[in-house]
Amino acid sequence: MTLTTKILTYELREVSRSRWLLAYAGFFLLVTLGLLRFGGGTTSALLSLVNVVLVVVPLVSLVFGTVYRYQAQSFSELLLAHPVPRAALFTGLYVGLALSLAVGFAAGLLLPFLLYGVDAAAHYRTLILLVLVGSTLTFIFVGIAAGLATRLADTMKGLGAALLLWLFFTVLYDGLLLVGLSLFAAYPLETPVLLLSLLNPVDLARILLLLTFDVAAMMGYTGAVFERFFGGWLGWLVVSGALLAWVGLPYCWAKRAFLQQDF
Amino acid sequence: MTATATTPTAPLLNGQRTPSPASPNEGLQIRGLTKAFGPQSVLRGVEAAFPAGQVTALLGPNGSGKTTLIKCLLGLVRPDAGHLTFAGQPLDAQGKYRARIGYMPQATRFPDNLTAADLIALLTDLRGHPETRDEALLTAFDLAADLHQPLQTRSGGTRQKVSAALAFLFAPDLLILDEPTAGLDPIANGTFKDHVRRARDRGVTVLLTSHVLSEVEQLADRVVFLLGGTVRYSGPVAALLDAAGQDRLESAIAHLMRGASA
Repeated sequence: MTLTTKILTYELREVSRSRWLLAYAGFFLLVTLGLLRFGGGTTSALLSLVNVVLVVVPLVSLVFGTVYRYQAQSFSELLLAHPVPRAALFTGLYVGLALSLAVGFAAGLLLPFLLYGVDAAAHYRTLILLVLVGSTLTFIFVGIAAGLATRLADTMKGLGAALLLWLFFTVLYDGLLLVGLSLFAAYPLETPVLLLSLLNPVDLARILLLLTFDVAAMMGYTGAVFERFFGGWLGWLVVSGALLAWVGLPYCWAKRAFLQQDF
Repeated sequence: MTATATTPTAPLLNGQRTPSPASPNEGLQIRGLTKAFGPQSVLRGVEAAFPAGQVTALLGPNGSGKTTLIKCLLGLVRPDAGHLTFAGQPLDAQGKYRARIGYMPQATRFPDNLTAADLIALLTDLRGHPETRDEALLTAFDLAADLHQPLQTRSGGTRQKVSAALAFLFAPDLLILDEPTAGLDPIANGTFKDHVRRARDRGVTVLLTSHVLSEVEQLADRVVFLLGGTVRYSGPVAALLDAAGQDRLESAIAHLMRGASA
């Protein structure tokens, strides 16, 4: 086993014993159970879950990721006093934490569906996509959290920045986009909107998920543009490619910061 | 950091070199170590030697740069300039040299659920060390009963004993002990000092920081005194006492500090 895998395994064991992770999985379990039991069918339950996932997964990944990093600072110092290269430690801790959160989220979401089943077999595709997109968002935002906690030595500043970024990606970005659209309504805006939506992973996730539903009305402006231009496989390819690039960017940024950090 | 030809360091008193009575064996050598955090210059061209088979105390008031120097040695802080070598080898950027180091920090916050047994198993695994727990060492530090309890629920003294045992666990060639006895009870303190002396007798290079000068007098063969990020004295304890005309280390250090401020 490589050093990275050893650290990853340790981290998985450590985080899986955390009460916070249990609470996180429990939250998705209860919400999904509630929606399936009282929400009127799997289509509406899945649609509601999309909105819950797009808000809660980035929030928990950012906050838990930032707090966990600060708490692990002293222990990282201890491990780095042994023959452990920084790159291996960073990747091991990052993947271990993101994977634990992703597994907690997926377990909470999937268990009720296994219990109740779905109305139509096609819903399984949406459900699997929802789990995959939620897990991808987890990796993206745990990466951003790792970068913030490394760059900002002060815990309160790091946590504040994490919350601001969450607000920006989930609420402010679309609001600003709408303001921009109304200001430049006289111009052809399709291409700028396509490009701008690539810059927000939450928008990308929303587009990818809602493209699988036949609900153009709920897609917002960016989603509508994407459906018109890339209704088929090309749209999927562009959006999933951009989402994967979003996993890589924060990871590289945070790792670079960690390699240069003075403890 | 690159390799340098190392030369023995003669005692240095207030920036002036004095003749060395004996050439120290090759151990840890520090040349021109410089580090600034933003506008704040913490280490300003530190020159020091920590010979093998001797205990060298790194002394200095708070903020003199002791912890930064130790962190530079461990690779936790990136120096702006300087050459660090151990046993003639430069300290590599990947940190392989740290396999030869036993480090005891002032205090560590352990993850909530981690037990001493988990920690020992993890470090043994990460180092690729044979899976043999040194029961004698754990018994010496009276850790048998606490081995399977989460470290965060144990007292500060017990956590410090675990740290001490970890420093000696992998038979290091270089021991870095940062305020090691703060929090240790008298029995653990005695055990700790015995282990330090035994390590020294085996030829281990020992770097020790402490604010308890009586303890330094008991353990240290040499002193490196840091003030304002530069070395004000580097040499044997006896030579420092002679040069300062004092018979106690405390008075000699006070003499050094007065000399520096004059």
